[in-house]
Amino acid sequence: MLKTHTATLETASLVSPSETRRAWHWLFFILVFAGGVFFFLLELGIGSISIPLSGVVAALFDLEGADPTWKKIIVELRLPRAIAAAIGGAALGTSGLQLQTLFRNPLADPWALGLTAGSQFGVALVVTTASVVGSSVLEQFSFLSNLGIVAGSSLGCILVLALMVWVSRYVSTITLLIFGLMLGYFAQGLISVILHFTNQTQGKIFSGWNDGNFAGVYWEHFPILIPLTLLGLVSAWILAKPLNALLLGENYARSLGMSIKSARIAALSSAVLLSAPLTAYCGPILFLGLVVPHLARGLFSTSDHKVLMPSVMLLGALIALAADLVVHLPWERHFLHLNAVNAVIGAPVVMWVILRNKHMRSFDA
Amino acid sequence: MKAIVQLDNLAIGYQLGKGQIKKIATAIQTELFAGELVCLLGPNGAGKSTLIRTLSGMQKPLEGRVLLQGQSIHQLNPRQLARQLSLVLTERVQTGMLSAYEVVALGRYPFTDWTGRLSAADHTIIAQSIEMAGATELASRVMTQLSDGERQKVMVARALAQEPEIMILDEVTAFLDLPRRVEIMQLLRELAHRTGKVILLSTHDMELALRHADRLWLLPKGGPLAVGAPEDLVLNGLFAQAFVSEGVHFDVLSGAFHTPKSAQNAVQLIGEGTAWQWTKRALERIDVEVAPDAPCRIELLADAGGSTWQWVVAEEGNRRVCHSIYELLQVVQAISNDTVLEMSNPKNEQDTHTWDH
Repeated sequence: MLKTHTATLETASLVSPSETRRAWHWLFFILVFAGGVFFFLLELGIGSISIPLSGVVAALFDLEGADPTWKKIIVELRLPRAIAAAIGGAALGTSGLQLQTLFRNPLADPWALGLTAGSQFGVALVVTTASVVGSSVLEQFSFLSNLGIVAGSSLGCILVLALMVWVSRYVSTITLLIFGLMLGYFAQGLISVILHFTNQTQGKIFSGWNDGNFAGVYWEHFPILIPLTLLGLVSAWILAKPLNALLLGENYARSLGMSIKSARIAALSSAVLLSAPLTAYCGPILFLGLVVPHLARGLFSTSDHKVLMPSVMLLGALIALAADLVVHLPWERHFLHLNAVNAVIGAPVVMWVILRNKHMRSFDA
Repeated sequence: MKAIVQLDNLAIGYQLGKGQIKKIATAIQTELFAGELVCLLGPNGAGKSTLIRTLSGMQKPLEGRVLLQGQSIHQLNPRQLARQLSLVLTERVQTGMLSAYEVVALGRYPFTDWTGRLSAADHTIIAQSIEMAGATELASRVMTQLSDGERQKVMVARALAQEPEIMILDEVTAFLDLPRRVEIMQLLRELAHRTGKVILLSTHDMELALRHADRLWLLPKGGPLAVGAPEDLVLNGLFAQAFVSEGVHFDVLSGAFHTPKSAQNAVQLIGEGTAWQWTKRALERIDVEVAPDAPCRIELLADAGGSTWQWVVAEEGNRRVCHSIYELLQVVQAISNDTVLEMSNPKNEQDTHTWDH
């Protein structure tokens, strides 16, 4: 601590803004974290049955006099959903940031690059195989072998990723995104064809999953979801230094002594860890991975990954919790889709990015 | 003088595929000394990039070794190499919202641990590098707000922050306008002399290289690499030879390149000073030679203030007064068309070929 302090004193005359900027960053971290906690608690309290904050706290900490029904609702339904939203938002934001830097493409994220579609396809394949081979083994989708769908999702994700890395060598920024979107449509088409061979119940469960929802996650999924996602988050954080160097472009990064190949493999593996398990349990969640990094850059006004990594995690969790809260507000007529909410927030942000970015506006990016 | 880099029987080239090898230059035997600015010149396609890539460790040599402080650079690991050799490239960097200071700080990459945390010593080196590159007032600005010239200064500062023994710059002045190019060149020359680092710069800018380099590396098509002080290479004719295939002619007297044309006509030009020089240049552009005994005579008259001139053209008793060089050229061209037309000498129409200085 002492060392870094003297450093800033010595260079203070030359570079004034860094110290005040750091103070702002801390303020934003605290605000975003507080916002996240706020929405987390709201998630537990608000729903078709409204539970006051005292009830939420009592249920959470198993205090005396906690209402058993409320406790059941909170612990069994709302808590896993809120945790999944927090983890999911953090994971998607982080993977979006990594992919945007790695592909040097402001619109890259697991969904735009088709990774989500790959995962969907993998899951559809596993579900169908299960139903064809032996539906008795797997009575319901939610009870389906945890590992099976995670493996299917990861495999699909990795396959698409390998394809995208290969294609990205030959095509420009925008073309790559169009390629990713087409892969998404292609996967959707294939999924429909495959689901043709399953029975109706299973098809219905699958299409429910396919809508994307944090509510499909239960406690039994966490032993797989949490460690894999955490591994992805930690490795992303470690990659902050090489990702910063990559901002200069690959040639400069290499000249700084960085191994492009291993950094790329590490970042892509991390992106798979962050996207595939989540998609396996929650279905495809759109827009978050794309939007969160831009909001973080705007809020913290930096491209430094050492600042951006924690900020996309916190901000991603906050936004996912807020979006999920909107979905689960006690609507009178029917419930909203999570991806509809995401699109309402996300699509305008994407349009803004395209209009603002000179390279994205024209086609010769 | 201390040799920092030695090129030991180096052969450069690249794989064409199917085991075929394109050799660019062989048996390169030279060295780079501490504190010198060396410019690498050569016509397009001679292999400047291949040589730069080989020297910076990006590409393996076909034969021989590149020794940096006695160690072969192709055997050093990337991190060790980055501590002794830094690069500045032509490409425009898109660094998003990084400030110039943060970009320069990335130069400390090979010295920091995995967190990238900068120590007090690192910050001092960064500040010094920024100052040496003359980028002090740019430090707190965001890279996207800087002009091309300012960005290259920041990239030079970043290369300095790597504390290298040698800095290699590949066509870094390509995007810049002339004043910025001169500025960067002077900066590099000063840096080499002040810091004792080797600075090797590949460039297309022949006149700037001739004026600023301590030594030139001249790579003609098909090799071999010629090394020497710029003036030596001009005097022994190697400089003119290297660019002979480019369709231009190097004039040893003026130290500049011209498009080779045979003069069709000659005039007398009487006068003196700057205006005389520029009139001569203008006439040469339209293939009119200045000769003492030509029948057509142009007299240059300056007014009292010395800022406006008149050109009096006298030919076969006709006399015309021109008030600008543009007007003069039209008159001279009209006269030469009358007199030379019957020679019907097919003119070597290379007027569109302008040499970019």
